[in-house]
Amino acid sequence: MTWELLRETLLLEHHNTRLVVLGVAFLGATAGLVGSFLLLRKQSLLGDALSHATLPGIGIAFAIMSTLGFSGKSLPGLLLGATITGLLGVLLVLAIRRTTRLKDDAAMGIILSVFFGLGVAILKMVERIPGQSAAGLDGFIYGKTASMVWSDFFLIAGILIVTTIVTISILKELTLLCFDSNFASAQGSPTLWLDIILMTLVTAVTVVGLQAVGLILIIAFLITPPTAARFWTNRLGWMLFLSATIGAISGWLGVSISALYSNLPAGAIIVITAAVLFLFSMVFGTARGVLPRYLRHLQLQRKVGRQHLLRSTYEILEETQETKPLKNLPIAMDLLRKHRYWAKGELSKLIRQARSEDHIERQPSGELRLSESGFGEASRITRNHRLWELYLIKYADIAPSHVDRDADMVEHLLGAEIVHQLEAELDLSKPTIDSPHTITPTELGLQSESTA
Amino acid sequence: MRPEHPPEFPLAVHDLTVAYHRKPVLWDVELNIPEGTLAGIVGPNGAGKSTLLKACLELIPKTSGEALIYGKPYEEQRNLIAYVPQRESVDWDFPVSALDVVTMGTYRKLGWFKRIGFNQKRQALEALEKVGIGHLAKRQISQLSGGQQQRVFLARALVQDAEIYFMDEPFAAVDAATEQAIIELLQELNAKGKTVLCVHHDLATVSRYFDHLVLLNMRVVASGPTSKTFTRENLQKTYGGKLNLLDDVAQALKNVGRH
Repeated sequence: MTWELLRETLLLEHHNTRLVVLGVAFLGATAGLVGSFLLLRKQSLLGDALSHATLPGIGIAFAIMSTLGFSGKSLPGLLLGATITGLLGVLLVLAIRRTTRLKDDAAMGIILSVFFGLGVAILKMVERIPGQSAAGLDGFIYGKTASMVWSDFFLIAGILIVTTIVTISILKELTLLCFDSNFASAQGSPTLWLDIILMTLVTAVTVVGLQAVGLILIIAFLITPPTAARFWTNRLGWMLFLSATIGAISGWLGVSISALYSNLPAGAIIVITAAVLFLFSMVFGTARGVLPRYLRHLQLQRKVGRQHLLRSTYEILEETQETKPLKNLPIAMDLLRKHRYWAKGELSKLIRQARSEDHIERQPSGELRLSESGFGEASRITRNHRLWELYLIKYADIAPSHVDRDADMVEHLLGAEIVHQLEAELDLSKPTIDSPHTITPTELGLQSESTA
Repeated sequence: MRPEHPPEFPLAVHDLTVAYHRKPVLWDVELNIPEGTLAGIVGPNGAGKSTLLKACLELIPKTSGEALIYGKPYEEQRNLIAYVPQRESVDWDFPVSALDVVTMGTYRKLGWFKRIGFNQKRQALEALEKVGIGHLAKRQISQLSGGQQQRVFLARALVQDAEIYFMDEPFAAVDAATEQAIIELLQELNAKGKTVLCVHHDLATVSRYFDHLVLLNMRVVASGPTSKTFTRENLQKTYGGKLNLLDDVAQALKNVGRH
């Protein structure tokens, strides 16, 4: 029964919840879009100060409207009050930052807590205003989604449209502002105005979101979607799109779930949904997720291990044979282990891996022998390695005594293209490459000091 | 127009004082940078080298004085100037590619609300190729080495196609190959008659890189052709007691003789 209800809610078939679900999804998209810039501008905390500073405004607006004889709970009035003290909070943060030597976090911490404390006190006081019930005002603290009406929905939709148009039309200016505000100013970009536009959008989302998510959690709605989106892409355009999508999904799912259990506060469920999406992105995100990065690391480790093994085998063959061309003879495991000072377990693992890749065969005598494909691969790897060594000696100002160390780390990152380039640059396409150990630094035109 | 700062100077600084929180960082700076020079600004840490550049570019408020670009205030001459900020001043984790960053140099000419087009991208790519990393255009900037990041910044300044280049420590913490590439590029700009102003910290290379030198330590200690300015006496005045780098200086002074 519950599943059926959830399905209906999600698919907007339930007329009681349709409006709220759609409204909060739109709000999530807007928050994701605006939050991306807030995050990239490194002003997330300012957004937090802003949202907390809205609370006194709500109380004061209620008091003023009540004393003037209007309904104290007229939503536009309350939101106007919220906007005014919210912006006041932001301005105070900026003023503190400019006039004192306090750091940003201290300034924001002070404003955030003072305004919030003030707000809580004012809400308590306005409860005593005769003839008006202040009950429900604290809904702005944790959010009270169910009270959303058509006019709220249109407001949210309007803000989404405006935000989308503004951010798309000044995308490059906002990007430059967030990336390098000094350069933007030097080019004559009105960075102050761009910051004001950005903060206006943040304020709009915050104030409209007060009702749905509440002022404590709205910052999570602004920040979680873009941080989640960042795990999937290194491109700003995609990040904006994904962030808006993740915000919308969080709102949509969160409200749907909370609508089914009337005791659950929507704001909390929305934020938890966003957090789940964040965790999922952190683990699986294709661009910077933990798991893909770990897998890439494993893959590289495997590749490095294989190359070390094959090259060592090849070098042993070279050392033990006088004649050319090199013959693929079996070699003892001990010889191999001594060559690179491998631990026993480590070497066995590498060999197991190489056998599964059909690069190495175990002889009945217990000795190891490169397979046909392994022999080719070993000769190729050894050759690449030496090209790289030569390149380092010849071109980069690296002490030749350090070359092998550096080469060991970097050679595995070389692709075929660079190898060709090295061959051309070093003019080593001649067969001398088969006996590179005879090439000394002096032949490359280096002074004898390099051997010191 | 002040007689001591005629308009033929690409940069003329008059009576400039800058203070952070009432603590002065630059005092009464008087400066003329001649056209077509490759000028270095050298001084100890905290001498106000970067502050001087930023004050000239109106990035920080001046307590007094003015900086003129060819005799006019900076606001009227922006199109003549390219700026390379310190590499550490930005977040290299930002979700943009090398090409995106270089394209930012074209924004001012492109104007508001206009989309980045083929032309801008082509210019940016050419600049990247000029600094030797055209093949890294699509790479996300956090995946570039320090030297490559500095080259990206330089390429961004190149697409600005300016007359005067303000560079804040372009040689800081870059590899030898990049340092060489950068200085060759600066010399090339210089050969085309452009003026280059570089904040620099390595005394050993001063005489090789720059033909004009500003020695700065909160005030201008000396300014003029490197051959005349880069003397033991001036360096002593600039670095004072902090000059436990005496060996460096001795080496650097020897280099003066060589060139």
